[in-house]
Amino acid sequence: MTSSLLFNITTLAYLISMLCFFVHLATRNTQAGAVGSYSAYGGLLVQTVAILLRWKESYDLGMGHAPLSNLYESVVFFAWTIILIFAFVDCKYRYRIIGAFVVPFALFGMAWAQLGLNSGIQPLVPALQSNWLLYHVVTCFLGYAAFAVACGVSIMYLLATRAGLGTEGSRGAILDMFPPARLLDDLNYKAIMVGFPLLTLGIVTGAAWANYAWGTYWSWDPKETWSLIVWFVYAAFLHARLTRGWVGRRAAWLSLVGFAATIFCYLGVNLLLSGLHSYGG
Amino acid sequence: MTTDKQSGFQLILDFFYSLKLTMLLFIALAVTSIIGTVIPQGSLSPEYLHTISQSRLKLYQNLGFFDMYHSWWFILLLSLLSINLIACSIRRLPGIWKLVSRPVMIMDDVFEKTLSSLTTIEAQGDARIIRNQVDAVLTAEFSDPVITEKDGTFHLFAQKTSWSRLAVYAVHLSVLVIFSGAIIGSLFGYKGFVNIPEGKSIDTVMSRAKKEIGLGFAVRCEKFSIAHYPNGTPKEFKSILTVLENDRPVEGYDGVPVIVNDPLTYKGITFYQSSYGKLGEHEFTLSDPDGSNPQPLRLKSGGSATLPDGSGICLQHTTQDISRFLPGISGPAAQVEVHQANGVTKPFIVYANNPAMNRMNLPYTGGKLLQYRGGEELMYTGLQVAKDPGVWVVWLGCILMLAGIYSAFFMSHRRIWVRIENGTVTVGGHASKNQGGFQLFMEQLTTKLKDQLSKEGSK
Ligand code: HEM
Repeated sequence: MTSSLLFNITTLAYLISMLCFFVHLATRNTQAGAVGSYSAYGGLLVQTVAILLRWKESYDLGMGHAPLSNLYESVVFFAWTIILIFAFVDCKYRYRIIGAFVVPFALFGMAWAQLGLNSGIQPLVPALQSNWLLYHVVTCFLGYAAFAVACGVSIMYLLATRAGLGTEGSRGAILDMFPPARLLDDLNYKAIMVGFPLLTLGIVTGAAWANYAWGTYWSWDPKETWSLIVWFVYAAFLHARLTRGWVGRRAAWLSLVGFAATIFCYLGVNLLLSGLHSYGG
Repeated sequence: MTTDKQSGFQLILDFFYSLKLTMLLFIALAVTSIIGTVIPQGSLSPEYLHTISQSRLKLYQNLGFFDMYHSWWFILLLSLLSINLIACSIRRLPGIWKLVSRPVMIMDDVFEKTLSSLTTIEAQGDARIIRNQVDAVLTAEFSDPVITEKDGTFHLFAQKTSWSRLAVYAVHLSVLVIFSGAIIGSLFGYKGFVNIPEGKSIDTVMSRAKKEIGLGFAVRCEKFSIAHYPNGTPKEFKSILTVLENDRPVEGYDGVPVIVNDPLTYKGITFYQSSYGKLGEHEFTLSDPDGSNPQPLRLKSGGSATLPDGSGICLQHTTQDISRFLPGISGPAAQVEVHQANGVTKPFIVYANNPAMNRMNLPYTGGKLLQYRGGEELMYTGLQVAKDPGVWVVWLGCILMLAGIYSAFFMSHRRIWVRIENGTVTVGGHASKNQGGFQLFMEQLTTKLKDQLSKEGSK
């Protein structure tokens, strides 16, 4: 049993989960929704084992480090955090349909990692040999995953409140199964409310690490700057909401902009810009 | 006229007070920050200078795009944000402070209309006994109430985490604290670098602005070494450093290993492993082909010299034992490159113990016999040096920010009022957040109260 086999099983599980959610969305079949959820949970479990196994494998190869050291490993971890947060939302709110808009993010990540990225376990370059790597990456990605969930429910909100679809009669089968728009709006806010402190913690642990390793807590390298840009966008979201009552579609759009910035911060910076952070591009 | 002046002043004030400005600044900072991530910062590489036209270069220089995070307009945006933050806090804080320090303790008929949760319970009997029962339930289930008596009516008031109302201001304050830490760092600290050859010591470092800065003590590099993974990629860069005061090692700072991610700090100055290189002196001789008339030739590692016939010679690598690379031959050897006057470049190896092979190079060295005599090679370590007395202020600000954000988002100010009059007990409640959860709690609380009061009533 190798971690790479388990990662393939994980990818398959997320694929099944997404397809079931789509069937659930199209046919209102509740069983399909349940299967979607359980495949996602099963995938999460397998992926957890796979990540731990990969960790152990790196020790067996004599370079022992947490599986967070290159683009492949970070994409896999990102998928894991997205499903983890989805599982919380699913257990708490029991609107299976949300899975149809969140699981695809995780599936896309896993498929890209398994098919398009170099999955070899590499030794850790000296710059990454620190416990701060773990704290920094884990907090950042939990934050990103919360933003991914916020983005998913925002897309649902925008669909649900599209002009002409708002009235009961013309809502159509699909939208009937959506949670009430108010709940979607609230979920958007709640997910960002969880993601924002995590992102802040991620930036702070990153700064603490940079200070410890390089002697500057902030050097305006592109990754740092982009994480700050993301932070500003969500700070704007929160202020607009808390003090100006920006809810509904405007909030949903801001959430989409925020997640686009997040993805650029994560991938765009690694793939397009150069700097201290472009690990494993 | 005075009113005009006032309203002009008022307009400026309102501008600084406004949340519109805050949003504008958030967006402006986010958008302008992008510039610095796509345009190179700091000293420009020749490759980049080739790709950009002269007029564009001038424009970017004038706008400060090549050091944009320190440009006047970026600093101005940050200053505006600080002013905005201070102005808003000054305006709002007194009201919030009053809410926290002098809470409304009496729920009257008007006030109760504003509450989301309101229940009345019928309760016969002595108001004093009822009051004590309500007091006991509130103390057990929520928190100690304050009791006021007014015109024969008892008012109870209890609250939890009222300070969470101030959390937003703690977050805002933390931004200012972080800014001040950064300012302290840039005024009283510096960033620099220094190269120390093995066995040598230094007591000054070069700042980023190319100024020499005295440390007040000395640092010696005892040794520099590199470890590799089995596949050949570097695993560890390590310097062994000793801090010297008056030429004596300081206790506890004698032979300290410094690796990437594990620096050395002494008297507030921190040394970070950053780069390395080779330094060395090598001896050659140039003689007639039979070995007579030897003339010494000295080359530094990577250095160059001119041969008698005018061609240039460049020293590339050396080893003190060639047998590792060329089995069958032993002793020191050097790889050199000769640039002849006719433009031909010729690399070859010069041995210490093998005049016969060295004679094969006679055509490249103007008919002179070049021989390697050996040399001394040592590593130097490249260290980043930083002093930042503001960094603790920054961390304090970060902790304040995290604690503030947590309490601002997840802590709710919950208040409960109870009024006891004429056989009715009115219970009102309010929560600043998580209204749903609070509603549930209030239902449970009123059920408990009803139980308690009816139990007592039936006695
Ligand atoms: C990160 C968590 C933050 C939260 C939860 C938060 C929340 C709030 C809230 C609730 C208000 C309205 C205050 C009131 O009405 O009394 C406010 C106002 C404001 N915030 Fe924040 N804030 C946060 C961070 C920041 C940051 C990082 C900045 C600036 C760098 C900032 C700048 C401002 C300014 C300037 C105002 C004043 C607007 C006004 O009162 O009209 N905030 N914030």
